[in-house]
Amino acid sequence: MISGAEIMVKCLEAEGVKVVFGYPGATICPFYDKLYDSDIKHVLVRQEQNAAHAASGYSRCSGLPGVCVATSGPGATNLITGIATAYADSVPMIAITGQVRSDLLGRDVFQEADITGACEPFVKHSYLVGKTEDLPRIFKEAFHIASTGRKGPVLIDIPMDIQQQEIERFEYPDSVNIIGYKPNTRGHAVQVRRAVEAIKKSRRPLIVSGGGVLSSGVKLKFQAFADKTRIPVISTMMGIGVMPSDHEMYLGMLGTHGKPVANRALHDADLVIVCGARLGDRAVAAPDQMSENTTVIHIDIDPAEIGKNVKTEIPIVGDMKNVLNMMIEEIGDYVVPNQWQETVKGWKKSFFRTPPKFDGFVEPRALVARLSSMLRSKAILVADVGQNQIWCANNFMIRDGRFLTTGGMGTMGYSIPASVGVKFARPNRDVVVVCGDGSFQMSMNELATIVGNKLAIKIIIMRNHRLGMVRELQDMHYDKRHSGTILEGDPDFQKLAEAYGIDHAEANSNEEAEEIIKDMVKSDKPFILVCNVYPDTPSI
Amino acid sequence: MQYTLSVLVENHAGVLSKISGLFSRRGFNIDSLAVGVTNNPDVSRITIVANGDEYVVEQLEKQLNKVIPVIKVKRLAEGEFISRELILIKVHCAASKRAEIIKTAEIMQAKIVDVAPSCVTVEYCECTNRVNTLIDLLRPYGIREIVRTGTIAIDRGASALSV
Ligand SMILES: Cc1ncc(C[n+]2csc(CCOP(=O)(O)OP(=O)(O)O)c2C)c(N)n1
Ligand SMILES: [Mg+2]
Repeated sequence: MISGAEIMVKCLEAEGVKVVFGYPGATICPFYDKLYDSDIKHVLVRQEQNAAHAASGYSRCSGLPGVCVATSGPGATNLITGIATAYADSVPMIAITGQVRSDLLGRDVFQEADITGACEPFVKHSYLVGKTEDLPRIFKEAFHIASTGRKGPVLIDIPMDIQQQEIERFEYPDSVNIIGYKPNTRGHAVQVRRAVEAIKKSRRPLIVSGGGVLSSGVKLKFQAFADKTRIPVISTMMGIGVMPSDHEMYLGMLGTHGKPVANRALHDADLVIVCGARLGDRAVAAPDQMSENTTVIHIDIDPAEIGKNVKTEIPIVGDMKNVLNMMIEEIGDYVVPNQWQETVKGWKKSFFRTPPKFDGFVEPRALVARLSSMLRSKAILVADVGQNQIWCANNFMIRDGRFLTTGGMGTMGYSIPASVGVKFARPNRDVVVVCGDGSFQMSMNELATIVGNKLAIKIIIMRNHRLGMVRELQDMHYDKRHSGTILEGDPDFQKLAEAYGIDHAEANSNEEAEEIIKDMVKSDKPFILVCNVYPDTPSI
Repeated sequence: MQYTLSVLVENHAGVLSKISGLFSRRGFNIDSLAVGVTNNPDVSRITIVANGDEYVVEQLEKQLNKVIPVIKVKRLAEGEFISRELILIKVHCAASKRAEIIKTAEIMQAKIVDVAPSCVTVEYCECTNRVNTLIDLLRPYGIREIVRTGTIAIDRGASALSV
């Protein structure tokens, strides 16, 4: 005989899960008890939201769905923001929650929350398990759904009695058959041909790279395509890292907080190839950012994204990997007109600005621009949300590594827990967090997780004593009335680091900060560097 | 523009809430929704009548297709399907008016299914337009109560929607 809880563990093992991030409670105890005997590592976070963010970081850097676990009621509801963040960022994830006994469901008993109901808008799919026998099929389906098509979180809510009940035997299915779920990954040959013809006819084509290129795992091929055709590339926030930042034909991030040169290119292009991006309002705020006559080719695995936010002439539904292969074949020796290449290169020079410095402070944009050169080439930078995120997005010189942030949901507090997951996925890489003083305080409780698991995560806090990005908004649109954006009563972050036994330092100039960073990357321990930043430093 | 969608879904608990949630969340306006099991007991069919422009219908179809237990979504072509809804109308009916009301029901091919001293209940199964006509005809007598199902619809001819 085998219990539901043991089946849950066996399902995770069958899926090759090595680590889960979670927080226990009564209704998930049967599972935790069986997990104790397994080789799967459990990472105890300090708040459930962070279990989901950690799973997201893990997933984005390992290519496998991250797994997070919580108990029923408050544990489950604490997960929601993390699940919603993964959904907005199309990150594959399995969220497992305990639930009250099935005979008590619907009676509002202690710690009952309708979590499948509450998460409905934020999950790709969810299950409330009704029979122990169904567990293997449900786990198999959940992993399949999370990690195929447009990736996303899947929630499995499991009443305690279902975990406790014993059944005859365990058998993990080797295939799934979900009649209503057959994502089209192939890419339509005729559409690809039309797209290539349009590219060849255009004079100023431009590629917008999105997160879909990364989740399809096709970065190098994409770079090769851009290299060969010399089509200029701009990216969305989620697409940063698709191209090395110093690539001649790469112009940076588009959008309201993006690079003026990228927006200029978008404005002047006569054809735009959107690759795995939904082009939300932060990317293309006003329709006039793009000319009316621009031909749009949109490649996406999710047909619902095509034509949703921008008018599309040539839709191509499919996995980037397949579509790109077809495009490369079809496009042959095509190279972009020379004149367009030269225009773009000229813009890159004329748009370049060095940010002004303020004495006695760290200039964050200049520091971030230098950061990569002090790290190994495959370094992973995790940025939080706010001005710190924009400084990183526009200035970090990415090479072979990754840039992670939540572009879709913009959840403050993402960076530290996500970095925990990243470090578990990529223990040998440099993992650096850049966050604001506000966002740091949204998840500084995870310093304990970092210390407890001996994770060499380097945290750079850009301290401006402000919720800087909102402050900036108030400066521009609310008559400089700083309602609720001044951080008062913050602790001394040096002492806080001290309390956790984390090495730390403070910098008041870029020279100072760079010296500290050079040392900090050498150590195999976590580190907190507080950079004092001039409070009125702009985002761009 | 009004359009009618036929949606085949897996016949489980919770599927309907996934679909109705989608409507409110994404701001789609629906006029009616009707569900029932099909000849295959594992599959239910939902008929949705909704309002919006081409962009909205297309988004609606695509978003419905993304719901995992949704098996198939079909937009029925204008004029090429038959649609019906069922209505029960309780009408105020003084003895002096009874004959008139019965006559009206007869002309419309509706059925009187209940009679009480001061009212009658009329049953009618027709397309929405005819149902509305009947309501208009009965309104002058004083309508006490109306119960309507959502519209169901099926393609004309031999073609059949199946999984
Ligand atoms: C959970 C959450 N709450 C509120 C916001 C709105 N918000 C966006 S940026 C920002 C300020 C962030 O402050 P800080 O972390 O100090 O970064 P800074 O902008 O100062 O670099 C706020 C409050 C958000 N994105 N996420
Ligand atoms: Mg701040």
